[in-house]
Amino acid sequence: MKYTKRNDGRKFDESRKVEAKVGVVPNALGSAMLKIGKTVAVAAVYGPKELFPKPLQNPLRGRLRCTYNMMAFSGAGDRVRPGPSRRSKEIALVTENALDPVLDLSAFPKTVIDVHIELIQTDAGTRCAGISAASMALADAGFRMKDMVAAVACGVVGGQPLVDLDKFEEDYEGGSVDIPVAMMPRTGEITLLQLDGEVDKKDLMKAVEMAKVGCMQIFEVQKAALKAKYEEAKK
Amino acid sequence: MSNLLIEDKQVVVPGDILAEGMDYLPSYGTQRVGEQIIAMQVGLANVNGRVIKIISLNGRYIPKKDDTVIGYVSDSTYSSWFVDVGYAYDGSLSLKDATSDFIERGASLSKFFKSGDIVLIKITNVTREKAIDLSMKGPGLRKLTTGKVIEISPSKVPRVVGKQGSMISMIKEKTGCSIFAGQNGRIWIKSEDPVMDKLATDAILLIEQKSHVSGLTDLIKEFLEQNVKEKKK
Repeated sequence: MKYTKRNDGRKFDESRKVEAKVGVVPNALGSAMLKIGKTVAVAAVYGPKELFPKPLQNPLRGRLRCTYNMMAFSGAGDRVRPGPSRRSKEIALVTENALDPVLDLSAFPKTVIDVHIELIQTDAGTRCAGISAASMALADAGFRMKDMVAAVACGVVGGQPLVDLDKFEEDYEGGSVDIPVAMMPRTGEITLLQLDGEVDKKDLMKAVEMAKVGCMQIFEVQKAALKAKYEEAKK
Repeated sequence: MSNLLIEDKQVVVPGDILAEGMDYLPSYGTQRVGEQIIAMQVGLANVNGRVIKIISLNGRYIPKKDDTVIGYVSDSTYSSWFVDVGYAYDGSLSLKDATSDFIERGASLSKFFKSGDIVLIKITNVTREKAIDLSMKGPGLRKLTTGKVIEISPSKVPRVVGKQGSMISMIKEKTGCSIFAGQNGRIWIKSEDPVMDKLATDAILLIEQKSHVSGLTDLIKEFLEQNVKEKKK
């Protein structure tokens, strides 16, 4: 079944509306909220702190440790079982791997920096929203980073490459492939690319190109939010 | 041909390209990548001649040699103390650097410092792995038994101190408080007058909030003068 018109009327290369805010958790060293469509992610950064067990300590640099959690009430009415799951562990791991290449933690040897990502409301694209929010939170916390990380999903739904799938598109009966992509906006390097399902090479390339454009749009929002925190205080 | 792509005192985010060409030099918070100088931190870009640096607006304390900090004694061993100086790992204060008093064999070390004490202390050495050595030997270094300690972001301490200590001496003069700003963001305030104590605290918190605004010294001066006048009425 060919997917010819998007459920919410967007163009195929159009992302959902993105909003971002920095400093939403005053207790944390750095924090950020990123909202894309109906998906809302909040990230908070704590640390650097002592890392145990000791074998995990790296004498040359600090370690990044992420947690990812969908809140129990966050879904589309279905109950989300609270606490860690196989899925959330995997997402936490890919989030760490997506953010680690930009971070310079050499000033904090043997320590750990905790990034907690909570999804308040979910409508697909949660790991991407989480990564984008976490990258802002780390920058807000003042850590040295060679670039930001912006993430958005792309996919092939009913044979049609498109960007930023919502839940309806992810569950589309005519076949749906979801491809989350995270990118460093300055260099265009990709730090996360996951793929479930079958897709032909031509569609994949097309979808990833769309995701790159989507990432740049998210990066602009991230940048504006980080600057807004300080521009406001200037007044 | 070199180009400066930002203005002085502009807020930049990681990955922003600050300048192109080899005529500019990267300093704190920046990095040269090929021909470009990029920002590594969120902060205010500062262009001083050919040198570009970033004044960071947030961040945790990174211990440095010769910093004078305010620490909390967290534990003692048979020949040393552990002191929390605001880093992930405690610093260590050995007996010979703590006191020049004669200590009898087997004497209780809690006579000098015990867990919970607040000390004004100097960092004498930091290894590459951030093991911190501390010393109590130096002018003004002592146990703080009176007054209070407030915590601000360590990156704001230079603004609280001001150029050649101008800001902090102004606050001291206007409020009559004794103040010491530790490099680790802990600030000790002591005053006989609780009203002035509160005023000095408010002034420091205002500096933290407005640290990236230009003309801060005048703003704080005005704030203090206005409040001192009101209190005197």
